[in-house]
Amino acid sequence: MKELSLHALDIIQNSIAAKATRLDLLLEESGPILTLTLTDNGCGMSPELLARAGDPFTTTRTTRKMGLGLPLLRLSAEMTGGSLSIDSREGIGTRVTAAFRSDHIDCLPLGDMAATLALTIQGAPEVDLLYIHRKDGREFRLDTRQLRRELGAEVSLAEPEVILWIQDYIREQEEALSASSI
Amino acid sequence: MKSLADLQAIRDRMQKQINLRDTSDDHIRVVVGMATCGIAAGARPVLNAFLEEVDKRQLKNVSITQTGCIGVCRLEPIVEVYVPGQEKVTYVKMTPDKVPTIVSEHLVNGHVVAEYTIGAAE
Repeated sequence: MKELSLHALDIIQNSIAAKATRLDLLLEESGPILTLTLTDNGCGMSPELLARAGDPFTTTRTTRKMGLGLPLLRLSAEMTGGSLSIDSREGIGTRVTAAFRSDHIDCLPLGDMAATLALTIQGAPEVDLLYIHRKDGREFRLDTRQLRRELGAEVSLAEPEVILWIQDYIREQEEALSASSI
Repeated sequence: MKSLADLQAIRDRMQKQINLRDTSDDHIRVVVGMATCGIAAGARPVLNAFLEEVDKRQLKNVSITQTGCIGVCRLEPIVEVYVPGQEKVTYVKMTPDKVPTIVSEHLVNGHVVAEYTIGAAE
């Protein structure tokens, strides 16, 4: 992966495959530490599966016996001196936390979070997604329940016109958050 | 800057045309592979380009969806196009700049862009 936001898009697919109806994505930038936390209320993992979740030769899919999403995220985190942790309880949900040293030369750029969030919403418009980006005491918050309230019940969040608007909206807010901290 | 209240204007505009999508018989499905392999290979900008083209041309008979691994990871990003009554067409090694051609030639005019298909790549 070339961006942290692509890792986020990738592991969110795990939550959607786990039938999550609620996703909380928290991005915290505090000094040189960047933490990405994804919490879902999907089916969760048994202790046995959880123990093997970071192993590339573990997957729940049937097309082949490999799954690289979490191992690649672990690699990207550990390359910077950071870490990956996964907590999960069957029937409750899963939390994946990836910590990065953003001042490390091998740390991937955050990249296009607006595209990641917009396409997540496009792929799963019925999921309640809460995104919070905290940076140096300021924050941007996006809640799809609020978007749905504004939009009304008849228009889907997945309509191209709506998704592209949401993407532009997030991009503006993310830029404002970055600009304010310089 | 945009504000969330802008969504209400989008809603009002779209409610007038809301029944146009999903009800027509010539409904075309575009499916983009968004597993680890697809995302790493560049599926995100491809999916974005489809959304932009479909919005620009106001194609109400096209729906764009995401799926997991299609099974030929080395040819990602992969896009499948389902036109009712026709065989599925699989486009491989997609890039955003291939998207406008596929939208205008295949989705609008009904001509498969043979050079971008899996048949041409294999």
